[in-house]
Amino acid sequence: MQQNSPTLSFGEIGLFFLSGATFLYGLMAASRRVDPIMEIHGYLIAIISLAAIVLLAARATKAGKVQDHADPYNMDVVKAGVIASTFWGIIGFSVGLVIALQLTFPSLNFDTAYLNFGRLRPLHTSAVIFAFGGNILIMTSFFVVQKTCKARLAGEIAPWFVFWGYQIFILMAATGYLIGGTQSKEYAEPEWYIDIWLTLVWVTYLLVFLFTLFKRKEPHIYVANWFYLAFIVTVAMLHVVNNFGIPVSFFGSKSYGLFAGTQDAMTQWWYGHNAVGFFLTAGFLAIMYYFIPKQANRPVYSYRLSIIHFWALIFLYIWAGPHHLHYTALPDWAQTLGMTFSIMLWMPSWGGMINGMMTLSGAWDKLRTDPVLRMMVVSTAFYGMSTFEGPLMSIKAVNSLSHYTDWTIGHVHSGALGWVAYISFGALYCIVPWLWKKDGLYSNKLVNWHFWISTLGILLYICAMWVSGIMQGLMWRAYDQYGFLEYSFIESVEAMHPYYFIRALGGLLFVLGSLIMAYNLWKTVKSGNPVVARDTSKTPMLRQGEAA
Amino acid sequence: MTYFDLAVFSKTWGMLFLIVLFLSAVSYALWPSNKAKFSDAAQMPLHDEEGENDE
Repeated sequence: MQQNSPTLSFGEIGLFFLSGATFLYGLMAASRRVDPIMEIHGYLIAIISLAAIVLLAARATKAGKVQDHADPYNMDVVKAGVIASTFWGIIGFSVGLVIALQLTFPSLNFDTAYLNFGRLRPLHTSAVIFAFGGNILIMTSFFVVQKTCKARLAGEIAPWFVFWGYQIFILMAATGYLIGGTQSKEYAEPEWYIDIWLTLVWVTYLLVFLFTLFKRKEPHIYVANWFYLAFIVTVAMLHVVNNFGIPVSFFGSKSYGLFAGTQDAMTQWWYGHNAVGFFLTAGFLAIMYYFIPKQANRPVYSYRLSIIHFWALIFLYIWAGPHHLHYTALPDWAQTLGMTFSIMLWMPSWGGMINGMMTLSGAWDKLRTDPVLRMMVVSTAFYGMSTFEGPLMSIKAVNSLSHYTDWTIGHVHSGALGWVAYISFGALYCIVPWLWKKDGLYSNKLVNWHFWISTLGILLYICAMWVSGIMQGLMWRAYDQYGFLEYSFIESVEAMHPYYFIRALGGLLFVLGSLIMAYNLWKTVKSGNPVVARDTSKTPMLRQGEAA
Repeated sequence: MTYFDLAVFSKTWGMLFLIVLFLSAVSYALWPSNKAKFSDAAQMPLHDEEGENDE
């Protein structure tokens, strides 16, 4: 453990200099007033940097007192991740509900640019994918890599830099959207200076993860870590390449991308689809491969299948992006390539689903008694369903009906709510009693309520969007006997109104569910029964199902 | 090197490289002597508490 001390001080000195530099940059950017966005962000950068300097100084004065090393694992940063992801989840789902209501009742845009749908929509997508999902992934990866490698997280300040740096990225991105800062790339809206910051945070994340793997005391690297590593490495590559650009001014917020036209669109969707493949799939499959076996107390159904479907996912996903650009200026062969690879993805996706579900073989009865396990198994079912639907929609003939309609929105949410959010909720329900050393959750009944309320919400959401989407597609392609379009666009908008209302209702239920979860987790931490000391080695949560 | 050269290279050697890489991953997974190792690995999440308090 001693070998950490030089890197520790090195990291602290580095952070001092970094914070000083960003402080000066923030002040200069704010005072130069190149544009109103950078003026506000300049002050924000300066304030955050100042806070970082103060905190670092406070840490340095009590240095030497830090006896974290006595603890074999660094679980404080994981705990912080639990709090952050629960918080951002509620924010992200709530903003989603707001924009769903805005689409249903446009007067809710309030005629102000700051609360306009156009600005709130990226706030919602970034909050749920990057703030909620990202924090879940960082938090669980820090937990799983330590547990399965039986090694303490590498570095002392580095994991905290990853955690706080990531929160700063979220804060900068979110405030940027509200004041109108965007580079107009879907799921990559933050401007150049926020992108550079995220790159710094992400590379540190990769190094922390890699060095923890190097320190491992287990000879074999568990499959969940492979998935996490693929997620971290690929997201780094995607983020950097998709955000190649040149700022107009060093102290201004605006930048222009390096690619133009079709190349730009292809790069964007190479990024966009692999964000789905490696952020929302590989990362969350890692969660599945640790938390489902652990909670079910069963080994992984087929470890060989996990290796094969891992490599198949890696080799296939990267080519699937062009299916977002069917019937565009993208060359036809590239569109067909994207479609073909998307269809081939059926196999590894279902390999993952089968592996997750069949891990329960011999323990199916636990679905009746353990609502947490039920949530995670339903999430694998949603994973199977949305990875069946996705390739279907990538077929050109189907896409000509589904593209640009609400079907896409429904598909995305069956994956995002059903798969990503459910496996995340399951992980949160598992990890909170483990981390805070409680012998179970505060209430399994509340987990049940959460499960049923939000499942009803998801079903309302996706069914409304299927109907609305197919209706839109059919209305847009309907011709009368003279060859004119049967409907004007606004008529299709009018027809969507009831479905938008149902969708908002589904969203409301989903938000309610997440609030129930937050309350349950809070009560578990505050008033749950502590684990009996002797039992800590026996993984308390395994008995959690029966204990209720 | 023209675009055409690059395209030909990736469609032949590039593809071959990826296929060989994938097949070696699959054979690693299916190699009979790895069986014991993998069935141990499948248990890893269940035994990760040992060494912490047990021994």
